[in-house]
Amino acid sequence: MAQPLDADGLALPTAAPAADLAAEDRGLTAARRWWRRFARNRGAVFGLAVFLAVVAMAAFAPVLSPYDPIAQGVGPPSQGPTWAHWAGTDSFGRDMLSRIIYGARIALVVGIVSVLLSMVIGVVLGLVAGYYGGWIDAVIMRVMDGLFAFPIIILAIAMMAVMGFGVKNVIIAVAVGFIAPFARVTRADVLAVKEEPYIEAARLGGVSSLAIIARHVLPNVTAPIIVQAALRVSGAIITESGLSFLGLGPPPPTPVWGSMIAEGRNFIVMAPHISTIPGVALMVTIVGLNLLGDGLRDTLDPRLRR
Amino acid sequence: MFRFFLSRIAQTVAVLFTVSVIIFALMRMIPGDPILMMLGDDFSQDAYRRLQVKLGFDRSIVVQYLIWLGDILRGDLGDSYLNQEPVRRLVWDAFVPTSVLVVASLIVGVVIALPSGIVAAMKKNSVWDWGSMGFAIFVYSMPGFWKGIILIWIGSVYLGWFPAVGYVAPWQDFWGGLWRLVLPAITLGTFFSGLVARIVRSSLLEVLDQDYIKAARARGVRQQALVYRHALANALIPVVTVIGLQFGALLGGAVLTETVFGIPGMGRLTVAAILNRDYAVVQGAILLGVFAVVIVNLLVDLTYAFLNPRIRVA
Repeated sequence: MAQPLDADGLALPTAAPAADLAAEDRGLTAARRWWRRFARNRGAVFGLAVFLAVVAMAAFAPVLSPYDPIAQGVGPPSQGPTWAHWAGTDSFGRDMLSRIIYGARIALVVGIVSVLLSMVIGVVLGLVAGYYGGWIDAVIMRVMDGLFAFPIIILAIAMMAVMGFGVKNVIIAVAVGFIAPFARVTRADVLAVKEEPYIEAARLGGVSSLAIIARHVLPNVTAPIIVQAALRVSGAIITESGLSFLGLGPPPPTPVWGSMIAEGRNFIVMAPHISTIPGVALMVTIVGLNLLGDGLRDTLDPRLRR
Repeated sequence: MFRFFLSRIAQTVAVLFTVSVIIFALMRMIPGDPILMMLGDDFSQDAYRRLQVKLGFDRSIVVQYLIWLGDILRGDLGDSYLNQEPVRRLVWDAFVPTSVLVVASLIVGVVIALPSGIVAAMKKNSVWDWGSMGFAIFVYSMPGFWKGIILIWIGSVYLGWFPAVGYVAPWQDFWGGLWRLVLPAITLGTFFSGLVARIVRSSLLEVLDQDYIKAARARGVRQQALVYRHALANALIPVVTVIGLQFGALLGGAVLTETVFGIPGMGRLTVAAILNRDYAVVQGAILLGVFAVVIVNLLVDLTYAFLNPRIRVA
């Protein structure tokens, strides 16, 4: 079977050894079967662990962080890691570790909320376009084509120019960029599901279009949507930190990984830790999310189970 | 073939039209009165009215869009609010360094991705496979702007081999320009190689699984010859598409990379224009950027049709 490419060609087949598991899987619930497949994927488990760690960091930030993240002068300025400040201090003498821990909040909130937002809008548009077809489909999908032509960071930059800075606007800017991929994935699957006999049967049985979409179409297209969402969260976080790095993100002194990296650029000779350490936090998060997303794709997407 | 070309070009025109509507709408959503902004200190009731009529802002929104589109099609992107320079020139001057960076990164990316993808596919599930795919995911996940700072730290602060920032056009000073491009091109090129290497691997694996390869193997063709003479050409066809599809990501990455390395490109121009509220420049830069992406995608698709006869017939 030809590998179905992801909306922007990112999908890659990796070994999904499902066939040999089939025998021992019998008698388990679908969720348990999925978990067995997932648990065998080492990268995915590592990714899940990283993701849970970042969630914990964000949730318990006030408990975990040793200092107030925006208080200046809690230590000497631009000092490398010490016992008192594990990740050093920045040029204002703020504790970097506390800022990194609080930074996880912005990263996660932007990553997850913007993807959820784009998912809801994109899936609704994709369902409507795919199910009804005709001119509605044409109009929706042409607009999606137009949105899809924008490189995500450039669209986000344009949105920030229009709306002004701040966390809420970053979320909206990133979300708009991800609507098109969700709409495309959903529509493609709806087109396939629509032709199934059970849909025809429901329609002949007098079930309304809305009920058919909600009860029969949507449940059958959720797996690829979840996969798409998982793969997009890391992209959303990268986009957010890119905006913050450019100075278009949440305004200072909000602790954001992207702006912390940007601040450290001017001190790269004297105090390289200011840029490098928040970058490590960002990169580990992204690697974890990418591995988790890949794992979900390999274990959840029925088209890839061979 | 001809019909495929025509339909693909028609699609492109449709996308460009939608893109133009989106950008026009975005620019009209900006809070504040653009006429007031353009007039600045020269404000008077009379001047306001004159500019309003001249720009067509007293007409309906559809007419305004048509006037705007007509200007753009004639290549008139307006003047910068800030220093009255024509936006066309500002944007073009910034587009050239960005394109140089993108091309250099493309070369770096392909040079890294091809061998590592091929090795990973030939020695599937070996240390080589894990190593090169691990590297791919690693460099792909590393945020470009941060990677750039790390490279500056290692390459210019610690080793002192490369200049940390700056740009010289390679046609003015070839070696000097090239030298300054090394770090930025590695920054962006490795990101790109991470993407492409994974596609090379999966595409080659798929081709190696096909019957004609199995037949060749049964005839006793050696693995090396199998890969290089029989499989690779077919495996690279999807890779070409991916390179085209990722051109947008590459351009987006260039915007961030050039900010790190002080390259006077589209990213710096756009961000400075946003901070100065110079919306004519923002609009011009985004228009040119997105149009470039759409046109490159078209060209890649047409190339793809040349490379892959199955598409031409369909």
